[in-house]
Amino acid sequence: MRNFLAKYMPPDYSAHGPALDQLNAVVHTLMLILFVIWGLLFAYMLWRFRASKQPKAVYHGTHSHLSTYAEAGVAVVEVILLVGFSIPLWYRWTQRPEPAKNPIEVRLVAEQFAWNVHYPGPDGVFGKMNVKLVSSSNPLGLDPNDPTAKDDVVTLNQLHMQVNRPIIVRITSKDVIHSFSLPYMRVKQDALPGMEVPVHFTPIKTSGTEPWEIACAQLCGLGHYRMRGQYHVHTKADFDKWYASEPRAVANISG
Amino acid sequence: MPPKRQIRVGTQWMYARDAQRALEEAIRVSEDEQREHGHHVPFIRKYVFSTDHKWIGIQYAITALTFLLIGFSLMLLMRWQLAFPGRSMTEIPIIGSFLVKFLGQSNVPGGVMLPEFYNQLGAMHGTIMVFLAIVPLAVGAFGNYVVPLQIGAPDMAFPKLNMMSYWCYLPGGILMLSSFFFPGGAANSGWTSYPPLSIIATQGQTIWILGMVLLITSSLLGSVNFIVTIFQLRAKGLTFMRLPFFVWAQLVTSFLLLLAFPPLEAAAILQLMDRVAGTSFFLPSGLVISGTPLTNAGGGNPLLWQHLFWFLAHPEVYVLILPGMGIISEVIANNTRKPLWGYKSLVGAGVFLGFMSFVVWAHHMFMTGMGTVISAFFQTTTMIISIPSVIILTALIMSLWGASIRFTVPMLFALAFLPMFGIGGLTGLPLGLAAADIHLHDTYYVIGHFHYVVAPGTIFAMFAGIYYWFPKATGRQMNEKLGKIHFWLSLICINCVFMPMFYQGLAGVSRRLYDGGAQYAHAKPVIWSNLFISSAAWLLLVAQIPFIFNFFYSIFKGQRVGANHWQATTLEWAAATSPPLAHGNFAVAPVVYRGPYEYSVPGYEAADYLPQNVPDEPALPPATGGGMLGAAAVAQKES
Repeated sequence: MRNFLAKYMPPDYSAHGPALDQLNAVVHTLMLILFVIWGLLFAYMLWRFRASKQPKAVYHGTHSHLSTYAEAGVAVVEVILLVGFSIPLWYRWTQRPEPAKNPIEVRLVAEQFAWNVHYPGPDGVFGKMNVKLVSSSNPLGLDPNDPTAKDDVVTLNQLHMQVNRPIIVRITSKDVIHSFSLPYMRVKQDALPGMEVPVHFTPIKTSGTEPWEIACAQLCGLGHYRMRGQYHVHTKADFDKWYASEPRAVANISG
Repeated sequence: MPPKRQIRVGTQWMYARDAQRALEEAIRVSEDEQREHGHHVPFIRKYVFSTDHKWIGIQYAITALTFLLIGFSLMLLMRWQLAFPGRSMTEIPIIGSFLVKFLGQSNVPGGVMLPEFYNQLGAMHGTIMVFLAIVPLAVGAFGNYVVPLQIGAPDMAFPKLNMMSYWCYLPGGILMLSSFFFPGGAANSGWTSYPPLSIIATQGQTIWILGMVLLITSSLLGSVNFIVTIFQLRAKGLTFMRLPFFVWAQLVTSFLLLLAFPPLEAAAILQLMDRVAGTSFFLPSGLVISGTPLTNAGGGNPLLWQHLFWFLAHPEVYVLILPGMGIISEVIANNTRKPLWGYKSLVGAGVFLGFMSFVVWAHHMFMTGMGTVISAFFQTTTMIISIPSVIILTALIMSLWGASIRFTVPMLFALAFLPMFGIGGLTGLPLGLAAADIHLHDTYYVIGHFHYVVAPGTIFAMFAGIYYWFPKATGRQMNEKLGKIHFWLSLICINCVFMPMFYQGLAGVSRRLYDGGAQYAHAKPVIWSNLFISSAAWLLLVAQIPFIFNFFYSIFKGQRVGANHWQATTLEWAAATSPPLAHGNFAVAPVVYRGPYEYSVPGYEAADYLPQNVPDEPALPPATGGGMLGAAAVAQKES
């Protein structure tokens, strides 16, 4: 079922992605069937009822109830799509992963035109932030005097995650609305200033040497087109190695 | 015993067709008298500040068509940048160097379009097409010209309000266009103007808001007028269930405009205050713009704007499509020579569509972080609203069964509307299901979807309407051959423009990208189609040349035709050819005896159409209008 659309869609490397793709395949199949049936009927009528063949129209037209059945059929299929697919899928999409699965939790702060990724460090607690401390070397305004901030890691345009381990990305923005889009993960979430909205997913394939792309999907200004980030899906060993070796954010703060 | 199949007119018995001719003759004589003895109307009151609905309709039509061409041209500029990112526009053959000079060094330094300018073009393309081209054309032009004629009224209920509506629209449009000349250029935050981007944007955004306030005011004045006119000024015997579907569509549209626009007008004022008065309705606390904290920000919410905006803008989608469906219904009934199939279900579906359009708005906001309950609500309403659309489309397609189809130019556009709107509607399904929308949201798939609804959908309906009512407005017919060339070229080109967008969207290419996605690896497999789309879009411009030529040529040199050129049944065709301005529409107030689409009536052999205003044959049962109107119709028949 999924194959006919997969040709036109990018690769799908997340745990929840195939179910979404399957919904898309089912919907597109329904659309094609409806369009082909309507189209054939339409084309037949244009040919059959042209004035040169049918000089006098029939006042009452058709008495068939076929269209009523067709409309009822569409309604039934839509109910199935809603109740059987879309609503349960959305429910699962919004459920937080269980703590037992040890999800990685990061904050992602979008700005014109970059993605700041904030890791809490080994203590698992995000350091305090203050908008007054924002500077070019401290893009999030981390408070260097806060003990929980000491081990935090902040990267620019680079999001690191671990294969087969859920990740919770808490998305917000410093300035305007952006939209965090990972086409290969079937993930999209607007980055809204003043709100922090979590998305969660599980990558099921490592990205290898070529990192994958974070795209901005919401018009955010003149640099919208180049607001491109990257993400790396590591094995557990590689992820731990990266997390341990990455310099701490407070060490970078100058002035 | 009266002679069979004849009707009594005064003291005479005659065939219905002869009666119609006699009536037309009477109208002609009375018009000539009016021309000779009519009072003199100064030029400025007749052609500039006119209160005649027909002239206001024509003013709207000419202005809106001009804006349609401007909006289209902005897109053609963008398509150059998308086809050849970063290439100098001086390379455009023939007009290249002129274009670069015209657009100026600040927008296209060295001939290369700046991203800021690209965003201005995008925002203004959307704004112009929706608010300055399609709505004024569908409602201002067709509604104004056709509705009073179709309901047998002498004019709109409030002619001066009507004039004011146009004179809010035109300054609004000019103001909007003038924003290109302000420092920093026109609005560049998309036609949706999402804050905070729109609040920190250049001055053009302030002009955009002021322009919108004028345009909204214009729409509100118009919608009140239409509602009162349709309720109060229907001809004797014209009950609601005898209204042409076009009038129904305009009535529902007017209610949508009346109820949906005020929230946006309020929101626009709030945004204006955020921009100029230092308020913070849409700005949350802690905003940092380019490294500097924004001091006046705090306590607001950018999502509030989105709710207020889409509370208008979703009904607006139906404002864009309903009048188109109305035009298509008229053209199809006329050219199939039979009644529309399922008139009652069409009307019911149209009214239901209007109601439902107010409770689907947040399906534009699935990616803002919605919980299951809210998303389930909006997905369900979205699926429900698809049903009346399916009913309308099915009724129009099934109307072809048993028809005797005349492939006139308006009919070609009307027929093409059906599958094109079908594609637009069907591709709305995956976008309306939140889970399927995750991948497709904010991609080119969305652009393909709504353009199929509005471009080969509504705009084709507008073309159908222009070719169909041109003889009524001018007394001349547009050239059929040029019309067919226009139709076929447009149909092919427009599909080549929008079909590949689904392909790009499925690949995940975001919309509103200055380079069409050249930065992104996931766009690589589909990026070639940008050149294809751009070429088709430029050819689409070429395809409009026969239309533009035909339009102006036919005004002066088109073939002269009679008052009822298409042998139609509705009341506008009972008025004189090119009804004179400032004299009312009908010499004698028409009386309506039957439904709007009585074509090929069994047992009536005189002609294959029986106009609404031709008195009943005694053999037919008396008019069943009920109440005063029905009684009046019967009394009229018996007098």
